[in-house]
Amino acid sequence: MADGGARLAGRDLTLAYERRTIAEHLTVEIPDRSFTVVVGPNACGKSTLLRALARTLKPAAGTVLLDGRSIADIPAKQVARTLGLLPQSSVAPDGITVADLVARGRYPHQGLLRQWSPEDERVVAESMAATGVDALADRAVDELSGGQRQRVWIAMALAQQTPLLLLDEPTTYLDIAHQIEVLDLCARLHEENGRTLVAVLHDLNHAARYATHLIAMRDGRVVAAGPPAEIVTAELVEEVFRLPCRVIDDPETGTPLVVPAARTAVRR
Amino acid sequence: MTVIRLGDRSLRYRPRALAAGAACLLSALAVGLWALGSGDFPMSPADVLRTLFGGGTPAEDFIVNQLRLPRLVTALLVGAALGLSGGLFQSLVRNPLGSPDILGFTQGAASGALLVVVAGGSSLALAGGALAGGVATGAAIYALAWRQGVHGSRLVMVGIGTAAVLTGVNGYLLTRAQLMDAARALLWLTGSLDGRGWADALPLLTALAVLAPVVLLGGSRALVLLEMGDDAASGLGVRPERLRLTLLASAVLLASLAAAAAGPVSFVALTAPQVARRLTRAPGPNLLASMCTGAALLVTADFAAQRLFTGHPLPVGVVTGVLGGGYLIGLLATERRAGRL
Repeated sequence: MADGGARLAGRDLTLAYERRTIAEHLTVEIPDRSFTVVVGPNACGKSTLLRALARTLKPAAGTVLLDGRSIADIPAKQVARTLGLLPQSSVAPDGITVADLVARGRYPHQGLLRQWSPEDERVVAESMAATGVDALADRAVDELSGGQRQRVWIAMALAQQTPLLLLDEPTTYLDIAHQIEVLDLCARLHEENGRTLVAVLHDLNHAARYATHLIAMRDGRVVAAGPPAEIVTAELVEEVFRLPCRVIDDPETGTPLVVPAARTAVRR
Repeated sequence: MTVIRLGDRSLRYRPRALAAGAACLLSALAVGLWALGSGDFPMSPADVLRTLFGGGTPAEDFIVNQLRLPRLVTALLVGAALGLSGGLFQSLVRNPLGSPDILGFTQGAASGALLVVVAGGSSLALAGGALAGGVATGAAIYALAWRQGVHGSRLVMVGIGTAAVLTGVNGYLLTRAQLMDAARALLWLTGSLDGRGWADALPLLTALAVLAPVVLLGGSRALVLLEMGDDAASGLGVRPERLRLTLLASAVLLASLAAAAAGPVSFVALTAPQVARRLTRAPGPNLLASMCTGAALLVTADFAAQRLFTGHPLPVGVVTGVLGGGYLIGLLATERRAGRL
């Protein structure tokens, strides 16, 4: 399904860091207006794929297509007005306030003589409201809790006003309540504006519950892609994660729920 | 942050940063005015101003406009170049110790100059040698530190190593020079503004006129984003490696030209950005304030060097070295107390 005309797609990608090749001949397509989640075991290349899709990593071969053009040929600021990225690790400068950090998301819309328009002001306020950090606007980012901080980074990416938003492990280092809070926020951002979201997640059950489109990877290849209800089976989980399990219906949502098999010894 | 709007256009700035820059520039000019009027032929500031604008006697005109002014302008430019260069380095390597005199660029400029001295070249060739040495060292350090992009800590490591090697090379070159040449080289190595004329100021003036707007207007807003990490900056439409290469090249060029004009004046590039940060109380690179602070520091240091011991003027590098070294120890002590080191 490489020619469905999706806005964002990778064609025949070879992804490598120096001499270490992560993936070869990788082809993926992000369905428009989907909440796509990429899952797979550690070191399967899912974050690398996301970085290539966001043009942060240059593929050794192959092309990433954004609106039908090779992303490498599009000016960087123009890409940043179409596609936002929330990287896995970003450093908030010492003492910066929430409002100042979120305001940095407006950079791709600004220029030398257009450094701060009323539009910038409005979008920053809206982005903080949408992520529920407006009450924290004047607080320093380094004083916030992990969950609050992640919402501030998401607000910064939102302020970019991009139709596509890529998130690299947005729930890592958060406790379970904050993980759900961030994922609920992502689901809302996806539903409200018809935004296309792509996230790398570790937790397969979170992925199955929130994703409208799931990409399962192992060893740098896509093992399966499709709606979670269609592709998440015990066989797939076994193949992708080498984990014997049962797949049942999530009693809350009816989406697939993966229950790892127990060792006989611990069964009671 | 304050915003000025004019129709569709808008400019955003920190009032405190602008005020700090202006205050430094004004104090640099005030000290400069004082320096122009002092010496074996003392003049009042009013007389100096009158002479500057062409109303002096021929003798006053010669002393102020031909003898003292070129030295002052060179000091202002060297200080500004070192301040800007230091601000760029410290931001790019995200380390308050990242400055051209610690990372080997200044030593490289010195090697270039010493090679010329050993070969018996003229003063002009010496300045050219310093420039070439600094730029060549910059290229070598960049190439050695490059691994899918250049990152702060690797650049610092490679730079410190290079500085150590080049210090050894410089010592060797000094032993190879003729006695008279070695004495001249040693004075140059301390950093001195003695006898500087318009020919020394001109290359630096040209470079600053071109690079300062490029860096301050074009680079500084993107540089602020780069401090959040390459991925975050690239997600916002910055090309990290291209930006880093452009800014590093500018910083190396500024530091090398400053060394070519006044010798390797120590510690100004290291101290100016730190002083500027404390004056502006703003996070981030503070490039404009660093540049103005550098100019104020060097003009003041040179004035002090000339007048501190009556009849025994010192090379300016001695004063910046003593002041900067003391400042560095103070910085390390406070960082340590704050638990950051």
